[in-house]
Amino acid sequence: MTTTLFRTGSGGLIDRSRPLRFTFDGKSYSGLQGDTLASALLANGVHLVGRSFKYHRPRGIMGIGADEPNALVGVRRDDARYTPNLLATQVELYDGLDAVSQNRHPSLENDRMAVNDRLLSRFIPAGFYYKTFMWPHKAWDRLYEPRIRAAAGLGVAPDKPDPDSYTQRYAHCDVLVIGAGPAGITAAMEAATADARVILCDDRAAMGGSLLSAASVTIAGKDSSVWLDESLAALARMPNVTLLSRTIAFGYYPHNWIGLTERLTDHLAVMPAGRPRERLWQVRAKEVVIAAGAIERPLVFPGNDRPGIMLADAARTYLQQYGVSVGRRVAIVAAHDSAYRAAHELRAAGIAVVVIADIRSRPAVANPPDCAGTRILSDASIEGTTGKLRVTSITLSAGSKRETFACDTVLMAGGFTPSVHLFSQSRGKLAWDPELQAYLPGQSAEAERSAGACRGRFALEEALADGMEAGRAAARSAGFATGVEVHGPAVTVSHPIGEGGHIGATSSSKGAKDKAFVDWQNDVTANDILLAAREGFISIEHVKRYTTTGMATDQGKLSNINALGIVSEATGRTIPEIGLTTFRAPYTPITFGSLAGRARGDLFDPARVTAFNDWAIEQGAVFENVRNWKRAHYFPRPGEDMHAAVARECLQVRKSVGIFDASTLGKIEVVGPDAAEFLNRFYVNAWTKLGVGKCRYGVLLREDGFILDDGVVGRLAPDRFHVTTTTGGAARVLNMMEDYLQTEWPDLRVWLTSTTEQWSVIAVQGPNAREVLSPLIEGLDVSAEAFPHMSIADAQMCGVPMRLMRVSFTGELGFEVNVPSGYGAMVWQAIWERGKLYDMVPYGTETMHVLRAEKGFIIVGQETDGTVTPDDVGLAWAIGKAKPDFVGKRSLARPALAASNRKQLVGLLTRNPQIALEEGAQIVSPSAPGTSIGHVTSSYHSSVLKKSIALALVRGGRARIGQILHVSMPGGSIPVGVVAPVFFDPEGKRINV
Amino acid sequence: MFDPDVTSPLDDGSPAITPVGPVSRAIIRCRASDIDLVSNRIDIALPRAACRSVQDSGLSALWLGPDEWLILNATPADSWVSELSARLDGALCSLVDVSHRQVALSVHGPRAEDILATGCALDHSIAAFPVGMCTRTMFAKAEIVLWRTGAANFHLEVWRSFARYVEALLREAESER
Repeated sequence: MTTTLFRTGSGGLIDRSRPLRFTFDGKSYSGLQGDTLASALLANGVHLVGRSFKYHRPRGIMGIGADEPNALVGVRRDDARYTPNLLATQVELYDGLDAVSQNRHPSLENDRMAVNDRLLSRFIPAGFYYKTFMWPHKAWDRLYEPRIRAAAGLGVAPDKPDPDSYTQRYAHCDVLVIGAGPAGITAAMEAATADARVILCDDRAAMGGSLLSAASVTIAGKDSSVWLDESLAALARMPNVTLLSRTIAFGYYPHNWIGLTERLTDHLAVMPAGRPRERLWQVRAKEVVIAAGAIERPLVFPGNDRPGIMLADAARTYLQQYGVSVGRRVAIVAAHDSAYRAAHELRAAGIAVVVIADIRSRPAVANPPDCAGTRILSDASIEGTTGKLRVTSITLSAGSKRETFACDTVLMAGGFTPSVHLFSQSRGKLAWDPELQAYLPGQSAEAERSAGACRGRFALEEALADGMEAGRAAARSAGFATGVEVHGPAVTVSHPIGEGGHIGATSSSKGAKDKAFVDWQNDVTANDILLAAREGFISIEHVKRYTTTGMATDQGKLSNINALGIVSEATGRTIPEIGLTTFRAPYTPITFGSLAGRARGDLFDPARVTAFNDWAIEQGAVFENVRNWKRAHYFPRPGEDMHAAVARECLQVRKSVGIFDASTLGKIEVVGPDAAEFLNRFYVNAWTKLGVGKCRYGVLLREDGFILDDGVVGRLAPDRFHVTTTTGGAARVLNMMEDYLQTEWPDLRVWLTSTTEQWSVIAVQGPNAREVLSPLIEGLDVSAEAFPHMSIADAQMCGVPMRLMRVSFTGELGFEVNVPSGYGAMVWQAIWERGKLYDMVPYGTETMHVLRAEKGFIIVGQETDGTVTPDDVGLAWAIGKAKPDFVGKRSLARPALAASNRKQLVGLLTRNPQIALEEGAQIVSPSAPGTSIGHVTSSYHSSVLKKSIALALVRGGRARIGQILHVSMPGGSIPVGVVAPVFFDPEGKRINV
Repeated sequence: MFDPDVTSPLDDGSPAITPVGPVSRAIIRCRASDIDLVSNRIDIALPRAACRSVQDSGLSALWLGPDEWLILNATPADSWVSELSARLDGALCSLVDVSHRQVALSVHGPRAEDILATGCALDHSIAAFPVGMCTRTMFAKAEIVLWRTGAANFHLEVWRSFARYVEALLREAESER
């Protein structure tokens, strides 16, 4: 194991008594509890962690948090748990952590694809894929695209199902504070003190933000770390405060709906049983305080991407928070006073700062720190760097003098960019601040306010006071009284953050031999952006898409502003004239798992089951999904396939009797003195004269005259109807009925109640149906005379209430037994036992389909497709001709809907009875084989008829009965005879027995 | 000869989630002008306030809409709704037996609000969702009626075919550590 040469002797928030072992690319290292993977690697002197996306240049750790563009790693926990593209700066170290670098072959030190940088880069400039690979055209599919696809993409997707669980939670609060730095903490404290319900979230393991790396700072007379601990402890004690660390606010959605993901187990060496890996929070906040801080900006100069070149404040934070020296000999390139704070703190830790090269001309800080031994250059130009896998020198010029400094680290202090991502996501308008040279939150679109560095209040004292003000204002807006104005706590800071900053490329970038990177993650250089400008891409949105700057997973957190600066300089327009690209959710990548939550496997969607589901499973039923319902499709006996099972089931229903679960049909009880009038207006049929105790087949149209639904309607009393709908149409029909009652016919005294699930429905169909049921029925004569076809009555069965309908979807004598669902299983069992005397079979939806097709009964959605009128499918008889109106009546009168050459329902028979047509197959006339005149809607082998049968919609079909047409099949078209669409018992004798 | 017990699709209870035994249920729908008459006839004052409930002599009336109430009878009987119907004596309304349409779960204890918050987007805090409040809402992808019967007690009604789905999600939430 390597010793951790770059760990300081003391300080930091790591636990030096708890060493942790980990591996990176198979090599073992040691870190400490409290480290991130990045800080632990740096403590071991490892800067090289990845290869860049396009040029495969060696890259090192640049930042400290979510803005990191280079240090993308894969973390493997076990065989099934591998996560690619994690930021090493965000991966918390645990004992045994196993991380690998990405985008290199065969190794990080030796990457074959680095040829892209050395030899090929002049052939792959910005937008190369728009310019090259155009010819020959055929090479695109076979050569160019496969090659580019292989080269593109980062990391390897896991190939096993995710074994972890993910959970989700809705939450409501008065004030949501995003970011627990100085401003966020004071905002949360003020709002919570006013009694508001507060959620405070922060993406890092420890709350405190910049305070975690503060050195020699006091707040309210205490050391800043003491103030921080006390403040967080006070918040934790308040019952109205929820503190969420390791929780990133990734999306700002309308009406203050914020998405957060909380990482629950990724930082643990041992995953506790039963604990989800992540929790997705969907927070609805009355008021939001965004305290997201600022992102340090890199400088654009030639060779600015070698490992060892990183952000200055990140280096300072590695020192103060993790006790890590990022190098031995440090050069700092500066456009902001914070460089001097970093220099001072690094020097205090014994790190040699060889040079500070300030690209500005004015004296950098009012009160320069003791810099003995450090050269300070002003008006400096950064000419370039050297080093293969780590920076080894930097060449600087000031005035006419050009000097090369040996170093192992170069820090960039380019200034700070307020993090306005969430504000922008909330559709707030950004405003350019010429003083700060930054976009700041302007006009809000949501009930939110920004506080602290994310709105340019960079100094600690300002940020603390700004947070207090924002917290109070948020609480007031949420309806809470706040106390009198109090000033922020007194703050002493030995080295203030200062001011300054640079936007765009530094002067030496133009025409430099080495690349000056703007976007590290997508390998976009200053020259790429200048090329885009030269080629006429003026809009920043076009520049972004052409060069791909800002389009990597980091969404240009480091690069966007510098890209703007370059376009500004190249086109001679100011930054506000150019604008800014839109920020979109998620702020950082989030897992699919957290979005899916519990909606996986069996719980992906509700599996609706009937009271007979468990019985059908015991009988070995094969199920099919009908919307969300699980329906028994067929009941195979040992050795039977679907074809054999369905053939047997069909024969047995026609021969003796079958039992079928019809519970999923929609049922609506329509009650009120105007119930018949309502149905008259709603369905095409006439209902007024339907007698109590009678049923009628109803057809429902849309306004456009096309069939929407059908079902049997029974009249239970003058003012009470039992309406059935299709399984899939149940909710749709109820909604449409309610809609019409509320908006079109509020005068009608009628009400609707869904009874779909009140009743379990047992269909008993076949010549022996009456024999099976009658002994079980109490209080009702079901003889053919007393209870003819299309009757309905309430009675009792097996001692429980029953609603019996005599209906048939098979063409046989049939009953549908409706019993309260809680009694369903018991009644089914009783009927089943009794049915054994008649060799009753259970049958599924497939047999139901075949039996009804033999009778030419349509299925809405199979024979109809939203363009079919009642007459098209032979149901014109159902229309109440004398009615003044019903839904769709006016449309039916339009010429096109009454035309004689509309597609009409017919039957088709193949010459070879063994051949069943393909459903959906197109139909042509032999005289015009190029023109489709219809299609097959249903097709089955009929074991009863010993031949195949099909239903079809054919143009002018009823006039074609007796003709031969052709149907296209996989082996070529075959002739079919057109027949009437009723294949079995056309006189209907079997129903009326 | 026959077992007249009402079967339930639900499993046995767990610490925070208990299936509620059989309940008789009815849906009453009527116009605003008839609320007083209907209330008098069936002897329970149908609440007019949105999302509020009334409990009286063993019955509970839950407001589901300006013209719709769910009436629960904790002493179930197959004949109850027809008796209720007889008492209406022609008052202008719709009364429909939905005793078996749905089943009920009790979610209770100190974690009840958190468990419900895994699938229901509403604010379940006692201030926003006080005792006696009821509403038709969604739990994940299933429609439910949620009714707060105590500071740490919720009564959840769900259509029978969705019951196992809702129950499984609640149990997963309960088992989270």
